[in-house]
Amino acid sequence: MINRTLATIATALLLAACSSVPLDEQKGVPIDDKSKPAAGATTDPAAQTGAVKTVDATGQQTKSDDPTTGLLARRSIYFEFDQFTVPEQYKPLLEAHAKYLGANRARRIVVEGNTDERGSREYNLALGQKRAEAVKRALLLLGVTEVQIETVSFGEEKPKAQGSTEEAWAENRRADIVYK
Amino acid sequence: MQRRTLLQALGTAGALSAVPPLARAQLRVEISGVGSQQFPIAIAPFVREGNPPQDVDAIVRADLARSGMFRLIDAGTAPLPDNPAPDLAAWRARGADALAMGTVARLADGNYDVRFRLFDTVATKQVEGLSYVVPAADLRTVAHKIADRIYEKLTGVPGVFATRIVYVAQLSPTAFELQIADADGVNPQAALRSREPIISPAWSWDGTRLAYVSFESRKPVVYVHTLATGQRRALANFQGSNSAPAWAPDGRTLAVALTLTGNTQIYLIDANGGTPSRVTRTAGIDTEPAFAPDGKTLYFTSDRGGGPQIYRVALPGGEPQRVTFNGDYNVSARPSPDGKLLTYVGRREGRFRVQVLDLASGQETTISDTGRDESPSFAPNGRQVLYATELGGRGVLATAAIDGRVRTRLAGPQGDVREPAWGPFLK
Repeated sequence: MINRTLATIATALLLAACSSVPLDEQKGVPIDDKSKPAAGATTDPAAQTGAVKTVDATGQQTKSDDPTTGLLARRSIYFEFDQFTVPEQYKPLLEAHAKYLGANRARRIVVEGNTDERGSREYNLALGQKRAEAVKRALLLLGVTEVQIETVSFGEEKPKAQGSTEEAWAENRRADIVYK
Repeated sequence: MQRRTLLQALGTAGALSAVPPLARAQLRVEISGVGSQQFPIAIAPFVREGNPPQDVDAIVRADLARSGMFRLIDAGTAPLPDNPAPDLAAWRARGADALAMGTVARLADGNYDVRFRLFDTVATKQVEGLSYVVPAADLRTVAHKIADRIYEKLTGVPGVFATRIVYVAQLSPTAFELQIADADGVNPQAALRSREPIISPAWSWDGTRLAYVSFESRKPVVYVHTLATGQRRALANFQGSNSAPAWAPDGRTLAVALTLTGNTQIYLIDANGGTPSRVTRTAGIDTEPAFAPDGKTLYFTSDRGGGPQIYRVALPGGEPQRVTFNGDYNVSARPSPDGKLLTYVGRREGRFRVQVLDLASGQETTISDTGRDESPSFAPNGRQVLYATELGGRGVLATAAIDGRVRTRLAGPQGDVREPAWGPFLK
């Protein structure tokens, strides 16, 4: 019979011993004491498998009502690789939005920065933030008030273009103006 | 004495380059480099009574093979009964320096009694004998625990097969899941489902909670989530972006990256919320904080020198020192459990690969061999690194030994997976 009560001690003694143990003593082989939870062998299912409860966060999306007349319909600013300054060509676009926001001080925007997929997701999140901040600074210079603009970054997480091509990467190096 | 016998046997196992004979569909093991030494072990099919729902000995075999530390000797298909005693000399003659055998028997109350014995066939003696009584749902966990005991007995290092990993699976363009799985990537459970991306899951040091970044409110917000209950709340939801959570070892404080000043900087925040206190002060990017095990040192990524490099700062706010000097792009640092090594992603000749840096000597080793590797984290025994890579345009998870000689891919997780983090030992 297996001697359960002496299991732990017997194991320790066996491990300390240098002489070999005759195999015909197998019936006396130490087995962990089953009357109490062995180390790492609890029988509580929650503790054992680390039960995980699922949370569902797939709620509804909010709809945006961006102004869509003229230049206001264009709300994306594209950046060169590793660049974080707003290219000169976007001046008319930014001026149009600044004018609208100046006339509608209650309107709020979020500038969402994006990057291509290469490199660390968190570092890309910070790079996307830099792009969003560059657009914000340009709009502030054009008279938009600080309270009207929030900058956030999606980093590489919400690519507009899929794939790992130069074209897709260029499409994703972008900041979007989103009206709340 | 006994330990020495086995370690000597390990040392004389010889240089082996072949893939272990066990090639299960769910995993692929690559052994690379010269001088790889593997301990030859036979895991005999366990005796089964009462139709157990898990193939316990197969799971043990898969675990040991995946570690790269063992060469599995063919043990046939016939279960090896407890009686009569195994002929250890015969197993030794077949090339096995160790033999594991066991039984899985259903008890009257529906639980299963799992017993295993481990024999040293060189010293011809039993070196381990354990019994576990568990419900059927925990048979996989018990198999992993048995593999852990065998691994520890034969290598002297605790096994990590019974630990867990977290990662993000993208199932469709608008379906993301934060999944917790066994260390082999099997048995995934969803902790969170969302239409929007989830990134940067971080384990609390006791393994009961996760912090992560969720975009479910159309901006990055840091959440803290208790796994057993599903209770969660937004820890950092400030103006701008909130990201890169890292737990202090005491579980009371987290480091996060916030954009309160417009640019991304590192702050400390109480685990129950409150006002964040700024740690880094630059006009550029400081992000990806990671606490050293001493809780007094923070590693992070900064572009203060131009491109991104790893720095460390003594808390609450000393003068940061640069840690990485090879290449122009080093990011996503995580220290080893003993604090002696650092793993991170370094771009070398256009390829993003996992690096391991010996902090004392400055010796850097590239341990992955693909080109788009991300998010490395150490196993709790410090012997392997889990990371994300790509295969055929799909995100997959892989592990690599800290010397880079052994790499495996976890094929368990389904979908496009990324952002893995290896959890701690379970108490």
